Amino acid sequence: MFDLVAFIPRAVMQGMPLLFGCTGETISEKAGSLNLGIPGVMYVGGICGVIGSFLYEQACEGPLNPFLAIFIPMASCLMGSLLMGLLFSVLTVTLRANQNVVGLAMTTFGVGFGNFFGGSLIKLTGGAVPSIALSETSRFFSKHLAIADSLGWFGKIFLSYGFLTYLAIAIAIITAYVLKKTRTGLQLRAVGENPATADAAGINVNKYKYCAICIGCMIAGLGGLFYVMDYASGVWSNDAFGDRGWLAIALVIFTLWKPNFAIFGAIIFGGLYILHLFLPSGNMAVKELYKMLPYIVTIIVLIFTSVRKRREDQPPESLGLPYFREDR
Amino acid sequence: MRDITKVFGTVKANNKVNLDIYRGEILSLLGENGSGKTTLMNMLSGIYYPDGGEVYINGELAAIHSPKEAFGYGIGMIHQHFKLVDVFTATENIILGLKEEGKLDLKKAAEKIRQICDTYGFDIDPDQKIYNMSVSQKQTVEIVKVLYRGADILILDEPTAVLTPQETEKLFAVLRNMKAAGKTVVIITHKLHEVMAISDRVAVLRKGEFVGEMITAETNEQEMTNMMVGRVVSLNIDRPEPVDPKPRIKIENLTVKSQDGILKLDDVSFTANSGEILGIAGISGCGQKELLEAIAGLQPVENGTIKYIDNDGEADELIGKDPLQIAAMGVALSFVPEDRLGMGLVGNMDLTDNMMLRSFRKGKSVFTDRKTPKALAERVVDELEVSTSSLSTPVRKLSGGNVQKVLVGREIASAPTVLLSAYAVRGLDINSSYTIYDLLNQQKKKGVAVVYVGEDLDVLMELSDRILVLCGGKVSGIVDGRTADKNQIGLMMTKLGGGADNE
Repeated sequence: MFDLVAFIPRAVMQGMPLLFGCTGETISEKAGSLNLGIPGVMYVGGICGVIGSFLYEQACEGPLNPFLAIFIPMASCLMGSLLMGLLFSVLTVTLRANQNVVGLAMTTFGVGFGNFFGGSLIKLTGGAVPSIALSETSRFFSKHLAIADSLGWFGKIFLSYGFLTYLAIAIAIITAYVLKKTRTGLQLRAVGENPATADAAGINVNKYKYCAICIGCMIAGLGGLFYVMDYASGVWSNDAFGDRGWLAIALVIFTLWKPNFAIFGAIIFGGLYILHLFLPSGNMAVKELYKMLPYIVTIIVLIFTSVRKRREDQPPESLGLPYFREDR
Repeated sequence: MRDITKVFGTVKANNKVNLDIYRGEILSLLGENGSGKTTLMNMLSGIYYPDGGEVYINGELAAIHSPKEAFGYGIGMIHQHFKLVDVFTATENIILGLKEEGKLDLKKAAEKIRQICDTYGFDIDPDQKIYNMSVSQKQTVEIVKVLYRGADILILDEPTAVLTPQETEKLFAVLRNMKAAGKTVVIITHKLHEVMAISDRVAVLRKGEFVGEMITAETNEQEMTNMMVGRVVSLNIDRPEPVDPKPRIKIENLTVKSQDGILKLDDVSFTANSGEILGIAGISGCGQKELLEAIAGLQPVENGTIKYIDNDGEADELIGKDPLQIAAMGVALSFVPEDRLGMGLVGNMDLTDNMMLRSFRKGKSVFTDRKTPKALAERVVDELEVSTSSLSTPVRKLSGGNVQKVLVGREIASAPTVLLSAYAVRGLDINSSYTIYDLLNQQKKKGVAVVYVGEDLDVLMELSDRILVLCGGKVSGIVDGRTADKNQIGLMMTKLGGGADNE
């Protein structure tokens, strides 16, 4: 029997890092910047959070202050991802470097950065296992409402998560609203569709691109933090984050650049990602096939949208292109 | 505007230009390609900033650093290439970039847009998406956008280049309404009869310098042209009698569908004769491109036949042959698409290399022959007065008009028997246009069947022996170029067969 009540919460937990990454990437892409550095940014976000809380746990004697235990990792995570965002913006917006190349370089860099500092911290702790456990801090992140336990399946499916889960959903909804209904969103989309037009309309194209990339990176970085602190219960081990960053980028396409769709998309992707654990399957090879499902679904969506050719479902028109006003 | 100077690299686009624009008038800005008209107006609208000189508005010194500041002075510009976001509605495009108080209220904005439309007689739906609009509707959105911002000075950059005569008339009526409402209109154009029709005054630029201004009523087309070019030019297009016309291309029941399955050409039949220029008229996107491409073998054909008839009267079916075979038979295609570099030329390659694109297969050894194309490039540059710093300049860096000359020059040089040419003079000034017309006429005299797709009906009527009018992919009719009536052709463009009933 397929255990839905056990399956859904796990799918949600898998989906949330993707949702953070996807919302961040969507904001960036809506402003015309294809940030392939997102996997790296999420990595950096995660390790920065780990460093922050590691230093705090080391420095703190006695029980941790709940506020600081959450604030310090979050602030360091946001700081780290912001710096990555600034790096991407300076290179692609100001210096007009190729976005794909910079993005891929940043992913390589981010993963290496994470593994380097992860490895250093592991050495510092001197433990026998190649990982750092920050279970103290993690408890604050994964703490859910006490009432959830008394509500049966309802509580399990809807209320059994740490605050970052609800933050992810809130950010996605707010982003969708801002993009669709506000002046800022309209102008941001104009920048991504047709920067020359936006420029002629008196919109500061570079400012919008910088802001979109940096805010997008900061949101994506939270995905990395969620993964370590909540999903992995505070255990950092190198390369554990895996290919979730790429999955987040695939999710952007899957959800047709709509963050409100992304909430469900992320949970579906998360579910597909762990489906193999819930289905009776024999060997490892079959499991790996199940893990491919999210990508296959994305390809199907791509085929579907390009056959239907609805203009609203296409990527922003100037996605990936640099903009220079006097370029003729 | 006083002593305005703008330098791009080593080129002086504007040199000490003085221009006065008065309230409530329609001023035409006339000049050849590259004479700096658009550059000058771009400085007024804040796209560029002048390197020297001053702008005074209502007697006060104004520094216009950005389009936003230009709006502050009540100046709005409608560019040649529309600055619209395709996936947005008209309303969204119009309010884009505005900093109004409070929440974004699209309904209120749409209401205000309807009001503006009613005042000046525009006809657009504020909730329609731009990608569903025709060219003239898009232009209307651009104009409304400027008016919505409360502009008093409107600058239009070649607004009629993409319109049918009827649409042009409509636009002019709107412009007159605006003038009546006290607004100032500056219109940049090459077309002299439009200058005569719409403007109060005309100012002429030549090679970046201001040469003079005139009251339109006191001048004539010949005088304006002489001023523009700097010497006396004949304004008449020659139309030599067709030389021994024989059917060269015979098309029957041609039907073409686009990749999306939309019918582009529907049951088109006609004959193009050798030694004759066949003009093709029609609103853009009515199947002209598909027609030429079908002949050149670039477009899959749904139904019908295209027969090539050689000098001995033997017919050969073109459908099913690949473009290379067709080209070898002497069919040359010189298509100038909206994106001039998109087809035919490679932007990053220099002139010689682009000439080679046609000839590189002729070489016998593994190495390409660079001498012949180089000589050809020299000849084209020389004969067509292409202004380029050297033969090794990437084509991308040439101005639009010069790019076209290179393309047309190359195609003609391949000594074709059929020359397909679309929009060969799009965006070209009078002088270069006449050079191109001459070239086409020379080809005609040599017995080439010339198919000329054009936008300017006046030119089509002066140049072509026969005019084929397309309307929505169907042949609306074929008229004789010598006796055709402009209004009749205009009607045929918008309605199959021209229609007797008036709408």
